[in-house]
Amino acid sequence: MVAVSTMAEGPSKSAPRAGRRWIDSDEATGLTLISPTLLYALALLFLPVLIVIAYSFWTQDYLTIDRTFTLENYRVALTEPIYRDLLARSLIIALVVSVVTVVFSYPVAWFISFHGGVHKNLWLFLITVPCWTSYLLRVMSWKVVLGYQGVLNTGLMSTGIIDTPVTSLLYNSNAVVITLVHSWAAFAILPIFVSLEKIDRSLIEAAHDLGDNKIMSFLRVTLPLSLPGVISAFLIVMIPTVGDYVTPKLVGGKDGVMIATAIQAQFGKGANWPLGAALSVTTMVIVSAMAGLVVLALKLFVRWIR
Amino acid sequence: MSASVTGAKFSGGRHGIRKSRWLPIYVTVYLGFLYLPILLLPLFSFNNAASTTFPLAGFTTKWYAALWGNSAMLDAARNSLFVGVCVSILSTGLAICAARAITRYPFRGQRAATGLIMAPLFLPEIIVAVSLLMIVLQIGLELSLATVIFGQTVFCLPYAMSVLISGFEGFDQSLEEASMDLGETALGTFRRVTLPVVAPAIVSSLLVSFTISLDEFILAFFLSGTEPTLPVYIWGQLRFAAKLPSVLALGSLMLVLSILLITIAEVLRHRAERRIQGSSFNG
Repeated sequence: MVAVSTMAEGPSKSAPRAGRRWIDSDEATGLTLISPTLLYALALLFLPVLIVIAYSFWTQDYLTIDRTFTLENYRVALTEPIYRDLLARSLIIALVVSVVTVVFSYPVAWFISFHGGVHKNLWLFLITVPCWTSYLLRVMSWKVVLGYQGVLNTGLMSTGIIDTPVTSLLYNSNAVVITLVHSWAAFAILPIFVSLEKIDRSLIEAAHDLGDNKIMSFLRVTLPLSLPGVISAFLIVMIPTVGDYVTPKLVGGKDGVMIATAIQAQFGKGANWPLGAALSVTTMVIVSAMAGLVVLALKLFVRWIR
Repeated sequence: MSASVTGAKFSGGRHGIRKSRWLPIYVTVYLGFLYLPILLLPLFSFNNAASTTFPLAGFTTKWYAALWGNSAMLDAARNSLFVGVCVSILSTGLAICAARAITRYPFRGQRAATGLIMAPLFLPEIIVAVSLLMIVLQIGLELSLATVIFGQTVFCLPYAMSVLISGFEGFDQSLEEASMDLGETALGTFRRVTLPVVAPAIVSSLLVSFTISLDEFILAFFLSGTEPTLPVYIWGQLRFAAKLPSVLALGSLMLVLSILLITIAEVLRHRAERRIQGSSFNG
């Protein structure tokens, strides 16, 4: 690493001042420096996604791939009831999870930003620690909590609140939503916190001095100014959530299956890569559109309230 | 509206931001929601019963003792360690280049480049996994720990980048220029001026990347061949109810390790911030 960065800096520093060519400029140095990382991301992120898109227009012909252009995979992805239902459920779960996460996390971000005092960093750290533990283990712990013979049921029974275990806790969409909200909490708090930190406190005082009560000054000053954070929180929760694989598998049961299970099946037993690719692309496009609509709705709401 | 401003209102909301009574309670409940489920794993890993039910059945360490004799688990642990070390070095190395370029040498297309590198944060992991699987099989590579390493590095880059960009930002360039003017070479300047200031951020990035790799499941699940990492091993064990206690014991050890590494990374990050502030004061 040392070698790479100094090699890149070398010529720009030692070059004679006279004929300053582009190759010696900061821009050339910057491009040289970032090129390994950029090439890596192009090769292992951008190119693979292009290949997925290409595959989605091809057809699986037993063991070979027929490379004539077709929209058949998209027809199947959008009209076959099983995929349509899985997609719809995934989108609804992603929407619910992101709304619940953002709404429940906002006050915490607000508390840390406005009342965290000198311990803001400690508070943030406390909130993010659970996020750094294994995602698989966190989902597993919810299975332990919500199971038929789980903590909640046996705990409530031993205290005598209920006589028989509640069966509706695990293996449904609610269990999926609870688990996902738990998983994504910190990802929602951080961007909201950052945008709250940027707000000039005197603006809020000004709103109070001019007669706004707490709620009005929040709606008309704090919320609009923290909107960028709320929007990133939405995106960072909603988009990854739609393709979640582990949570539906472990706590979703039959009623909580989401689209990732169907995508995975096309690359495993189903062995229909083009359909799997089309399902992936469809999911991404629709969730991006939905995210765009949510952002638009938030902006309109804030403009209206002001 | 200003006409309605009265003396009472002034005395009430002068600071505008008053501490409400319910908010600390809410934050406490929220922290409970975050922590309690996770703390159950260690709790039941010491429970002398094969099921996770209350009341507890007494204290035991036999589930931990059983782990040592489990060769499949130890192999998975070795794989995880190897993958984690490689991923943390590779992603931190790549992130150092990128973070340095972004914070020090502005260039056209910087936003697009940063956007691409940070994109895994905003993509469903399964799509990253599936697309990598397709390209690996397409060019005829065998699935192995190497494919896991390459895949997880893509996923770790955004985190390593955020740690390093905040570590490099605010670094006083005049220190480097002074060192060069005083006759130090570019390499010497990097080693004796730049590196000491940014070292905590680099170590922090290594630890963060290692932790993410250690705990990452989806990419490892799709891209590993016959050699599982620890999360993939755990996934395989979850089918067997009888294996649950040993999985809980293993999971608890992983929790402790993750929290430990992240705490060290956080402490280092703070030290890095303070050091950078200090360096620009002197410079």
